[in-house]
Amino acid sequence: MIPWERRGDTVISKLDRREATVLRGLITQIDGMLRARLEATPRDELSELTGIRTGMSTAPDDPILSRLLPDFHRMDGEEPSKEERDSAAALRSLHEPELLDLKTGVAGVVLDTCPANGGSVKLSLEQADAWLSAVNDVRLALGTTLDVSEDMPDELPEDDPRSPHLGVYQWLTWMQEHLVMALSPDDDR
Amino acid sequence: MVGMSVGIRASTPVPVEQEQTRAEPVGSEYAAEDKPWQTVVWNDPVNLMSYVTYVFQKLFGYSREHATKLMLDVHHKGKAIVSSGSKEKVEGDVAKLHAAGLWATMEHQS
Repeated sequence: MIPWERRGDTVISKLDRREATVLRGLITQIDGMLRARLEATPRDELSELTGIRTGMSTAPDDPILSRLLPDFHRMDGEEPSKEERDSAAALRSLHEPELLDLKTGVAGVVLDTCPANGGSVKLSLEQADAWLSAVNDVRLALGTTLDVSEDMPDELPEDDPRSPHLGVYQWLTWMQEHLVMALSPDDDR
Repeated sequence: MVGMSVGIRASTPVPVEQEQTRAEPVGSEYAAEDKPWQTVVWNDPVNLMSYVTYVFQKLFGYSREHATKLMLDVHHKGKAIVSSGSKEKVEGDVAKLHAAGLWATMEHQS
C-alpha cells in the first residue's frame, strides 16, 4: 500500500490484492456483527406506526460490540444509581438504531470503493471520512480482541497467539494515520 | 496552552443577559449553571492522537490548537470535557462521538 495522497477534493491510494482481501474481510465481519445486533432488536407495532425506532436498552454482552456501541453514562466503576441505569437504557434504545445505521453505512462505503482484487482507490472527501470511521471501528474491534494497551510492544513473542494479528492491527494504524494526515485541515491555507 | 485559551475567553466577555446557546469550545471551568450537562471523552489505547484531534475539529469546529489541547487532556489526564450545554445538545454530541468511535459519556453537572 502507498500512503494516502490528497489531490484537490479527492484522496487516493493503492492496495495490493492481499491488503484488499484482509480489509474487506474485517469490514465484512464487523458489518455482520452490527447487522445481527440490528436484526435482534425487537420490532413493535407502535414504532412501525410512528416511524420512531427504538433499539435495545441493554448493552451487548460481546466485548467488541460493547466497545463499538458504548453506554451514554459510565456504567463501570462505582455502582451506578438506578437513575443513571434507567437513563443509560433509555438513551441507548433511543440512539442505537441510528448508530448502527451509521456504522453499517461507513462499512458499506469501504466495501463499495475498495476493489476486491486490490488496485487504486480514489475517494471523495466524504467517502474518505467514511473510510476513517470504518477503519477505526475495525481497529477498535481488533484492539479489543488483542487486548491492546498503551504500552503494547511493537512485536509480541512468537509463541503469543496474538502475534500474527498484531501486524494487521499495525498496518491499519498506519493506514488510518496517513488518512488523517491527508484529510486534516491545513491551518496555513 | 491553558493560559492562552483562558486569555482569549477573558478578553471577550459576554453580557449576562445574553443567552448563549451556541456551541463553544469551553471546558468544565466555564460551565455555568445554565449549562448543566457535560460531554466527557475518556482515554482508550486504540484511538490515535491525530484522529481524536481531527474528530474534535470536525465535529465541534474547534481550532487545531484547542482540539489538540483537549486530546492531550484525554491522553494525559484520562478524560476531558469536550462540550457542555443542554441535555439535548450533549446527547447529540455523545452520539456523534460514538459514531466516530470515541469513548464518550455524558454527565449531569452536580
